[in-house]
Amino acid sequence: MKSRERLWGYALIAPMALGLAVFYVWPIAQTLYLSFTESGVFGGQTWVGLDNYTALAADEEMTGALGNTLLYAALMLAGVPLSIVVAALLNVRGLRGLGFYRTIYFLPVVTMPAAVGLTWRYLYNGDFGPINQLLAAVGIDGPYWVADPDVAIYALALVGVWSSIGYNAVLFLAGLQGIPRHYYEAAEIDGAGRLRQFFRITLPLLTPTTFFVIVITMINALQVFDLVYLIFDLKSPALPGARTIVYFFFEQGFLKNQRGYAAAIAVVLLGLILVLTAIQFRLQKRWVHYA
Amino acid sequence: MRRTWPAHVTLIAGALVMLAPFVWQLIVSLQTLSDSLRVPPVLVPSWRWENFADVFKTVPLGRQFLNTVVVTVAITAGQLLLCSLAAFAFARLRFPGRGAIFMVFLAVLMVPQELFLLPRYEIMQGLGWLNTLQALIAPGLFGAFGTFLLRQFFLTLPTELDEAARLDGANPLQIYWHVMLPLVKPGLLALGLLSVMWSWSSLLWPLVVNTDPEQMTLAAGLASLRGQFQTNFPILFAGSIVASLPVIVLFVIMQRQLIAGIAFTGTKG
Repeated sequence: MKSRERLWGYALIAPMALGLAVFYVWPIAQTLYLSFTESGVFGGQTWVGLDNYTALAADEEMTGALGNTLLYAALMLAGVPLSIVVAALLNVRGLRGLGFYRTIYFLPVVTMPAAVGLTWRYLYNGDFGPINQLLAAVGIDGPYWVADPDVAIYALALVGVWSSIGYNAVLFLAGLQGIPRHYYEAAEIDGAGRLRQFFRITLPLLTPTTFFVIVITMINALQVFDLVYLIFDLKSPALPGARTIVYFFFEQGFLKNQRGYAAAIAVVLLGLILVLTAIQFRLQKRWVHYA
Repeated sequence: MRRTWPAHVTLIAGALVMLAPFVWQLIVSLQTLSDSLRVPPVLVPSWRWENFADVFKTVPLGRQFLNTVVVTVAITAGQLLLCSLAAFAFARLRFPGRGAIFMVFLAVLMVPQELFLLPRYEIMQGLGWLNTLQALIAPGLFGAFGTFLLRQFFLTLPTELDEAARLDGANPLQIYWHVMLPLVKPGLLALGLLSVMWSWSSLLWPLVVNTDPEQMTLAAGLASLRGQFQTNFPILFAGSIVASLPVIVLFVIMQRQLIAGIAFTGTKG
C-alpha cells in the first residue's frame, strides 16, 4: 500500500520534473558554464575562466545598462504608492461601479506589452506626438522623450508604472479587504478621522501586501525588456540611456552571437536579483507587521 | 451616509489617463498616414478601415494570429494537466524526497528566464526545431509557478476525501481525476487565464527562436512590423489592436476569475 503510493507519487510528478530538468535546471548549469567560455570562430566553446566577468566590469555598455536598470527599478518602486491610492479609493465603503473602474485600470495589464510599446512610441514622438503637443499648448517645450538618452529611462518608467498600476491595485485591494472592519469601528469610536485611520490602521496592516508588491515589482523591473525593445529602435540615439540589462543580454547573445559574454550578463542579473531580494527580506523585519 | 463623490472624481481622473492611450490608438488606427502626423493633432478618425486590411496584406498577420492561438492553447492545456498532476502529488501523496524535490521547484521559480534562454536555444537548434511552433510550445508546457499555485488549492481540501475514495478502492490517478480536480476548478481557471495572458503576449523567447515571419507569434510579428513600417502608425496600430484585442475581450468576460487568481497569488503566494 505504502510503496504503491510512492510509485504513484513519482509517476505523477515525473512529467513536470523531467520538463523542469530539461528546460530549467540544466539550462541554469549550462548558462553558468557558458559564462566561463568564449564562442570559437568555427563554433564550439573555449574555456576562458573569469575573462567574461572582468570584461563586463570594464564594459561601459554594461555599467550603463546596470545603472539604467537600477534607476528604472527605483522609479517603478516610486510608482507603487499610486496603486495603494487607487486600491484605497476602490475600497471606499458604498462605492458604486467598482467593476467598471477595475476594468479600466486593469486594461494596460492585459494588453500585449509589444502593443503598449508601439502606442507610447507614438505618444512620445518629439515632433507630432500628442504628449508634446499637449505640453506645447500650455507653453512647455517637451523633450524628445524617446530620442534623448537623458530622458529615455524616465519615459520608459512612466509607461512601466502606467501598465502596472492595475495589477498592483488588485493585489492591494485584496489586502485591504482582508483588514477586519472592527479596527475601523473602534478607531471611529475613539474619534480618529479618516486620514488618521488610513495612516494608523490601513498602512500598517497592509504592509505584508506592500512587501509582496515591492518584491515582485523590483524583480520584474530588473528584467524589463519588451517595452525597451518596442519603444526604442536598435539604432536609437537614446539607447545608451535606455539599454537595460536584459536588452544588453539580448544584443550580445542573439544579435552579436557572443554566447559566453551574454551568459555572464545573465549570471550577473541573477546575482543582482538574489542580493536585492535578500536585502528586501532582511529589511522587512523592520517595517512589515504580520498580524 | 458617507459621501463617495471625492473618490469618484479621483478615480475618473485616473481612468482618463489610463484610457487616453487606448483611445488615441483607436483613432489613429483609422486615420490616413498624413492625418496621423499632423500638427496640431487630428482628433477625429477618417474611418480608413483599409488600414486593417493593409496590415494583413503586408505581413502574414493571419498566419501569426493562428500561430499565437495554437501556441497559447497548447501551452495552457499542457500547463493545466502537468501542473495539476504534480501539484496533486505534492499536496496529497507521501513519498520520500517530496520536500527536497519541491524545494528544487521553488528554487527554479526564483531564477529569471534569461538564465534559460541560451541553452534552450541550443536545445532547439540540436533538435532542428528553430522556426517551428513546437519550439515555442515545448518550454512553456512546464512551470514551477503553476505547480506551486495549484498545490495551494489542493492543500485546502479535507483529507477525508482521499481516505473515503481510497476505501472505495480508487487509485491515486482516479482520486486526482474524479475527486480532486473538480474541486480545484477555481485554481485551474486562474492558472489557465494567467497562462493564456502570458503566452499570448510573451516576446523575448519567440523573438529569438523563430525569425521566419510565417512561424512568428503576434508579439514578435508586431516587432517586425515596426521594423517594416517605422512611423506608419495607422498600420502599426491596426496590427496592435488585432494582436491585443482577443486577450482584452477574454479579460472583460472572465474578469472576476482572473482578478481572484491574481489576488490569490498575493495572499497565499
